[in-house]
Parts: sequence; C-alpha cells; structure tokens
Amino acid sequence: MTSVAAAADHAHHGETHELSFVRKYVFSTDHKVIGIQFLLMSLVFLFVGGLLAMLIRWQLGFPNEPIPGGAALPETMAPGGILLPEFYNSLVTMHGTFMIFFAIMPLLVGVFGNYLIPLKIGAPDMAFPRLNMWSFWVAVPAGILMLSGFFVEGGHAAAGWTSYAPLSAVSEYTGVSAGQKIWLLSIAILGLSSILGATNYITTVVQLRAPGMTWFRLPLSIWALFITAILVLLAIPILSGAAIMLFFDQTLGTHFFDPAGGGQPLLWQHLFWYFGHPEVYILILPAMGMVSDIIANGSRKPVFGYHSMVFAIIAIAFLGWIVWGHHMFQSGMNPRLGTGFMISTLLIAVPSAIKTFNWMGTMWLGSLRFHVPMLHAISFVAMFVIGGLSGMFMASTPVDIYIHDTYFIVAHIHYVLFGGSLFAIFGAVTYWYPKMFGRLMNPFWGKVHWLLTFVFFNCTFFPMHTLGVYGHMRRIYDPTQYEFLQPLMGINRFITISAFLLFASQIIFVVNFVMGWFRGARAGENPWEDNGLEWTVPSPPPHGNFATVPTVHHGPYEYSAPGVVEDYLPQNRPLPDGAGRDAR
Amino acid sequence: MRRTWMAMGLVLTIACGGGEGAGGESAGGGETPDAGAQASVAPLGPGTISGVVMFERTPPANPAIDMSEEPSCAARYSGQATDPVVMVSGGRLANVFVRVTGGLPAGPYPAPARKPTIDQAGCLYHPRVVGVVAGQSLEIVNSDSLLHNIKAVPTANRGFNVSQPRAGMMREHTFTEPEVMVPVECSVHGWMKAYVGVVAHPYFATSAEDGTFTIGGLPPGTYQLEAWHESLGTKTGEVTIGADGAGTVAFTYGTM
Amino acid sequence: MQWILPPSASSYAGDIDFLYYLILVITGVAFVVVEVGLLWFAIRYRARPGRRATYTHGNMRAEVVWTAIPAVTVVVLGIMSGGVWNNIKGRDSVPADALPYRVTARQFEWHVTHPGPDGVLDTPDDFTLRNQLHVPVGRPVVVHLGSEDVIHSFFVPAFRIKQDAVPGMHIRVWFEATDVGAYELACAELCGLGHYRMGAMVTVHETREFEEWTVGQAALRSDAAQGVTP
Repeated sequence: MTSVAAAADHAHHGETHELSFVRKYVFSTDHKVIGIQFLLMSLVFLFVGGLLAMLIRWQLGFPNEPIPGGAALPETMAPGGILLPEFYNSLVTMHGTFMIFFAIMPLLVGVFGNYLIPLKIGAPDMAFPRLNMWSFWVAVPAGILMLSGFFVEGGHAAAGWTSYAPLSAVSEYTGVSAGQKIWLLSIAILGLSSILGATNYITTVVQLRAPGMTWFRLPLSIWALFITAILVLLAIPILSGAAIMLFFDQTLGTHFFDPAGGGQPLLWQHLFWYFGHPEVYILILPAMGMVSDIIANGSRKPVFGYHSMVFAIIAIAFLGWIVWGHHMFQSGMNPRLGTGFMISTLLIAVPSAIKTFNWMGTMWLGSLRFHVPMLHAISFVAMFVIGGLSGMFMASTPVDIYIHDTYFIVAHIHYVLFGGSLFAIFGAVTYWYPKMFGRLMNPFWGKVHWLLTFVFFNCTFFPMHTLGVYGHMRRIYDPTQYEFLQPLMGINRFITISAFLLFASQIIFVVNFVMGWFRGARAGENPWEDNGLEWTVPSPPPHGNFATVPTVHHGPYEYSAPGVVEDYLPQNRPLPDGAGRDAR
Repeated sequence: MRRTWMAMGLVLTIACGGGEGAGGESAGGGETPDAGAQASVAPLGPGTISGVVMFERTPPANPAIDMSEEPSCAARYSGQATDPVVMVSGGRLANVFVRVTGGLPAGPYPAPARKPTIDQAGCLYHPRVVGVVAGQSLEIVNSDSLLHNIKAVPTANRGFNVSQPRAGMMREHTFTEPEVMVPVECSVHGWMKAYVGVVAHPYFATSAEDGTFTIGGLPPGTYQLEAWHESLGTKTGEVTIGADGAGTVAFTYGTM
Repeated sequence: MQWILPPSASSYAGDIDFLYYLILVITGVAFVVVEVGLLWFAIRYRARPGRRATYTHGNMRAEVVWTAIPAVTVVVLGIMSGGVWNNIKGRDSVPADALPYRVTARQFEWHVTHPGPDGVLDTPDDFTLRNQLHVPVGRPVVVHLGSEDVIHSFFVPAFRIKQDAVPGMHIRVWFEATDVGAYELACAELCGLGHYRMGAMVTVHETREFEEWTVGQAALRSDAAQGVTP
C-alpha cells in the first residue's frame, strides 16, 4: 500500500466516526498523542530521579544530619531522618535507574521518536500504530513496578544501576530480596516497550518517507532517531537476556554469575556493558540530532557538513559496539583486552569531535537568533564537549586505574547526560511544544530557567572533577570515614547546595510548561520559521497529519538560500532555479 | 532493663580485663537474658528443671581478636581481646543452649510480650546465645559509636541484613519459624557472632557463666532435652520432674 | 578548580601522573578552542538588521583537518598509554622478586596474609592481619587478590593502584612503594552497606625496621603461633 493511498484512507477515517475520549487520549494509536503521553510520564520520572538525587546530596553535604522533613521517612530507610547506609545504596541505584531508563531514554526516544518521525518524513502516522500504543502502555506498568520496590521488605534494589553480581544475585549480601527481583522484572518489561518502539521507528523511516524524501534529505534528528532505533533493537535484548539469567540466579538456583556454583561474575559485566555502552549512545544520539536541527534554525544556515554529520552518527553507533570493555578495565579482565578496548574507545572521540566542529561551523557566519531552544542547543555543545573531553582521561587505561569508580566518572556521566542530553531535551521540548499544544512557552521564563540551570548545573558537577582527582570514590555513604577524603567535605557541601538550587530552578520549567497550555501565546503553523515538514501543518496537526501527501524538493536546512526572499524554505517548497549549490 | 545489662557488661568487662577479655555475661548464677522465658507465660505446672553444663579437661584456647584497626572497640580491652567461643570457668561451660525436645503438652504456645535484647558493645555481641519463642520479638541494640550490621542467615526463617551506624540505634526483629540456631553476624567485624534459638515453646534456657540453667513452669513428668554449643556440638539428655517439682540434669562436654 | 593530583608514593605513579597531565593539556587546549570559539561566534554572529547568514553547506578541507588532528592525537595517546598499562597490569609484568602477599576481601574487611620472615606465602611463619598491610620501602610487592563474597576493589590512591577483587578469580597486582609512611587503602567497588567504611592502612617501613617488625609479628600472630580471627 503506497503512502498516498494510506493518507487518503486516514483522512476518510477521521471523517467517518468520532473516537471516544478514551480511544482518543488514553488508548490512542496516534503517534502524536503517544509522544505526549511519553512526555508526561517521563517528566514525572525525571522529577522522581531528581528527588532521589536531593536525598543523596543531603547525605554527602551534611553527613549524618537529619533531613528536614526526614521524619516522614520510615525507620527502615532513615531512622530519625538520617539515611541508613543500605538506603543510601538503594538511592544511588534508583537515581541512576529512574533517570536512565524512565526519564532520559523515553524522553529522547519515546517522545521525539514518536512525535517527530512521521511528521518530519511526511507520513500520516507510524507503520504500526497499534504496536505503538502497546509500546507506551507496556512502559507504564514497568514504571509502576519500579516504584513499588521502595515499599517491599528489604527495600529497593541496592547494587547500583549496573547491578553487578554476585552482590545483586545473592540476597544475603545486601539484605535486599524482593527489591532486586522487582528491578529486573521492571527492566525486562520496559525493554519490551523499547523493542516495540524501535521496530516501529525503523520500519516507518524505511517505508513511509514521502515522495522526494531521499535518505540524504532526512533531517539529522530523524537520522539520529533511526540509527538509535537500530541500537535499541540490537542492544536491549541482550539486557533482557542478562536480566533473565540474573533473575534465575536469584530465584531458581542457577549460578550463571555466582562463583560458588561455578558461575562467573565477569560474565554479568560483559553482558551488561555490551548492552550498556550502546545504551549511552542511545541516550545521546537523538539529542545530537535535534540539536543539529535547532542550531541550523537558530543560525539561519544549513548544517555545516551534513554528510559528515550523518557518517559521524553512523560511526559513533558502529564503534559503540566495540568499546564496552572500557567499563571493565580494572575488572580483572585480561589486560590485553583492555588495550584493545582502549584503542576503540580513543577512536570514538573522533566522530564526536567532528560533530562538535560542525556545530560550530553551522554557527560561523550565521545570523544567530537566541531563542530559548537555541540557548539550550548551544549549551549542549558547550557541556557535551566537557563530558567528551573528560572521557579522554578514562579512555587511557593507566589513568583509568586511578580515576575508575571515582567522582571523575560521575562528573563525566553528568556532563554528557545532563549537560548533554537534558539540555537538548529542554531545548527540544520548548521547540516542539507549540507544534504539540498550539501555544508557545513563555520565552522570558524560558531564558531565566536556562540561565539558572546552566549556572547551577556547572556549580554542581564541575567540582566533581576535583573530587575525582583526589581519589573520592563513588557510592560512598560517608566519606568522612577516610582521612584523605575529609578535606573534601567543603566541596561536597558546595555541590549539595548547588544541587538544591539546580533542582529548585526546575520549578520554573514545570510552571512554564503547564501555564503554557492555558496562557501561552497561540502559535501559528511555523513560529520558528523552520524548514521541517511538521511546520507546514497546523499546530497541533490533525489526525493523519497531512491533508495531502507532501512532496519533498530539497534537503532540510535550506536557510538563507540565495534567490529565496525569506531566510528559510520548507522542504515541500521547491528551490528557485539556480539556487542552492548542493541542496540536493 | 537495657541499661542494667550494659552496666553489668561494662563492670564485667573491666573486671575481666587481661587474659580472657571479653566476657560481658552477667554475674550471678542462672541469669541470662532469656532466663525465665517461661515466667512470662502462664505456667503449665510447678516443676523446675535445674541443670549444669560441665567441661572436663582443659578447654581449648579461644582465638585472639585483632581489633587494632577499630580503636574505639580495642580501647575497651586492657590486653588482647579474645573471642569467647568456648567459655569455661571452674570446669563449667557457658553459652550452651538447652531446650525441651519431648514430653511437652501439644502447643501452640503463645509468644511472650517481653523482648530479649542483643547488645553490640566493644565489638562483641552480648549475649552470644539467646532464645526466643517463635513469634517473639528480639531487640538488637548498638552501644558502640561505630557501624555494625546485623546479618542473619537462617534456613527456615526470612533472613535480613540491616545496619546500625550510630550508638543508641535499636531494631526489632521477629522470627516466625522454629529454628535452632539462627546464626547472626556482623560483616564489618567478621569475628562477631551470635546465635538465636527460635523455639516453638518457651521451655529453653542458656547456661550462664557458672554453667547452670533453669527451666521452670513445667508439670511433673519425663522430658527429653537437647543441649547445643556453637563449636562443641549437641548432646541429648533426659530429666524427670518428680512430685516434689524438682528435676536435675547435667551435660558434660570435653570428654574423649 | 583543583586539577593537581595528590602526592604519590609508588614507582609507576610518575608514569600515570605524566599521562594524566598530558591529557589535561591536550583536553585543556581543546576546551579553550571550543568554548572560546562558541562564545566568540555567539557574539560575533548574532543577528543584526540588514545582514543575512552566509549560505554554505560545509568545507571538505575543514572536515579532513578536524578529523585528522583528533585521530592522530588519540593514536599517539593510545600508544603512550599502552606501554604504561602493560608495565603495571600486564600479567607478565609482575617483577620476579616481588614479595608476595595474599589479600582476601570480604564484606567489609581486608584480610592481609603477610609472608613472614621467610618471604614466602603458605609457610607456617605467615601471619594474617585485619585491615593492615605492611610492606618494605623500595621493594616490589605482589598482592594475590581474592574475594570471599562479592566484588570489591583494592585501591591505594597514593600508589595509583586499583584492582577489582573478584570472587572465584585470583588476580595478581603489584606495586613498589617509594616513600616510607602510612597510606590509606579504600574499597572502590560498591559491595554492600559497609562499602563506605571498608578501609585499611598501608604502612611502608624502612627495610631494617620492616624485618624487625615482621619477626615480631610472626612470633605473636603467625599460623604457627596462635590461631587468628576468622
């Protein structure tokens, strides 16, 4: 069935009967509704992850002092409002778990994969709309299950988001029994949601591109989401398999990872990181893609080196499969393997460098508009670079001997995931908010939120490099137990206070987001003067997206093209004759 | 109640400093924290089993405990601390858990409301051996100003592993299934071991420093007993409580 | 921001620290180029009335240059790092005359078996201490690292050494202390509720003093003397 016929079918479909509220907004098969559902769910979990971080930071900034309001916490977690060490371990575990699996991943892949792909390629919906609905409704019980772990006897999982065995496999080592099992089941269920989504994204991009939308006319956001979906499809099943094996060790008496029964703890690490490293590229590539779209728009210029950017995305994704051992340099794995992984890890810096210079090249000679998404996108580049550069230290195996499992790693993680992914998410949400909801978020408060977040983010995470340089280990409930860490408690306190201010600043974003629904300025079709196909339909688009199937005439970044009066040219409008050197 | 045990423990610790270090068991005959477990339930009869646990020959030396990297605990011992695995004085053996295994009327037996206490003091458990009725709560207290964790690895009951990072912290736990004995240990201080006997009824006792124990509240009759020691093993015995309400029994370890 | 490493006291710490500072310089330069560049572009190319952005899709030569320079840099870094790595962690790199110790990690203690006056492990004059490691200065030492329960990690910041202790694996890690003194050892892999407090003290002695100390300890605590704590 060609996409022309499909679109016509859909248009008819909308006319013949009106769907009930439940079919339209709850169990919807419309990719736009599903994208917004993922958005609301993920923002809730982003808040949960942030709250857990506040508890962690309280303990590190003010060790063994009662948390204000901590009396509300049960005795098994924080008697007298002071965290217990085992609860602290589950806090660090669940902070990472919620942020990675239930906030950043669904925000990038679930929200923007769903919302943008059909619109930006000119399709009426995903290839498999019902499967898409299942993708969301499988994620919700996974999230509820993960939350429930806090309320079971023995507490929630406490072996780190990396769940190393045998600590995670044998409950007597942590005192956690049900919590660890809940963690694994929830991850497995969420994995199913991801796999369903990835199947849809790949099929849709391959099959449902509008006429004229060749591969090298796809916006970089779509390239990134497409490549990410391939990573998801290949990596998540490995995690699911490993999770099932660990679950069997916990419940059926197998010994895959328990040496007491002939198992290998390192096997868990290999399986986990074979998934885990592609996972971190899943967490950054869509952000990179959307940042490219936004910077081109904000610069009023084509993306510098579009083809290099595409190949860099592919190179990162490909190389991402052969670097996993860099998480295991000090694990007891054969050191020669370590050397091999060091080489591949150092190489993966190159495509990231290429992308960074191309973003700068896009801004060079541009006519820069500093709308809120552009501020976030530029911040992404500035912060991601720091995260990437700090990665160079740990890529060198000898230097990693010293900084592995220290706060240097924590700094790196947060510069790429917060400084990178989350800034990109703030920018992307602000950017596509008018398309989703028909109104604009308030730009003044958007800028205030951006500035406060930028300042407090750096105050929180930059000093962590120093902590790592001094050897401050990770996942340490009370650093004062070590003499060499006692002088660092002043820095820890500074970080804690910055983190509280960072968390508080997010209230501005939440209020702006909610108020925008009611008080935001009404948005027309194309408030940012962007070239994407989504900006050629109403805000919000109707069910079926395009009244008639669009035809694509050129690439996605024909800004300031000679011969065109406006400084932008949507993809469905032809270029004037003789314009655009390699606009394709 | 807890303060009394702490005070007595402290007095004994100071008094017993030097060779054998750690004691902490209470002074006086027949008094251990689970003594009179029977007294908190309605007696079945007026009879009492009086027993003693003997140790022949010279007892083995108890292992030394290296507390040098735990200075606040090491300071409590005026010499090398030792682990009281085999506690013998005057040919009598302490910390033997004795319980009635046969001859009792059928249950169920209600769990008493009182809660025996295990205290972590000087990086040792006091008492080392304690009994509870299935369903009776146990209190675990930290008197040391440092981290202890309490890890129980039972076979019939649900295990747990919880921390007490500061002095004064108290945790309650209830074992629901009979199990003799549930080992309890601290992971931070690997020498710390205690044993909890969970029994379906309250007719048990732990031998005190002078080797004596009493089990009261029983009607006249014949009863089978089992004595348990953590390293010396178990021994069985039988006792008859006559019409005068008295029965005596002795267990002897260290033979052969 | 403090980027200076704390003082070190082992023979290969200098190699690690050198690589760290080299990477610091390289990344520092990259950092300045990118951040200043971004700021410069943001100011210089902000929208002004009457000026349109310059329409260009890129520049192949620029792509080649900024691909080649990072690529060459990382290759050089890799080669330099590989040699140091092999010298420290290589399985054939443990010095033949290293004094052997057995360190067994368990929740939440380090049991350190010293080889005793004869300098050989698994002989009656060995003695085991809890959370203490005593070594002579200027002599290579090899630790036979194991774990009884979960994964721990043997981390002595001053020696720049870190090695995971994995149950079921026997891993050798060597170092040579260069300065007399006391240095903290920390567990660097989450191992349970007591992980934050799983430290030990490494004491580096003068040679003569070490020999005297060893003889004294063996007399008191060796397996031939009294049995030590479990």
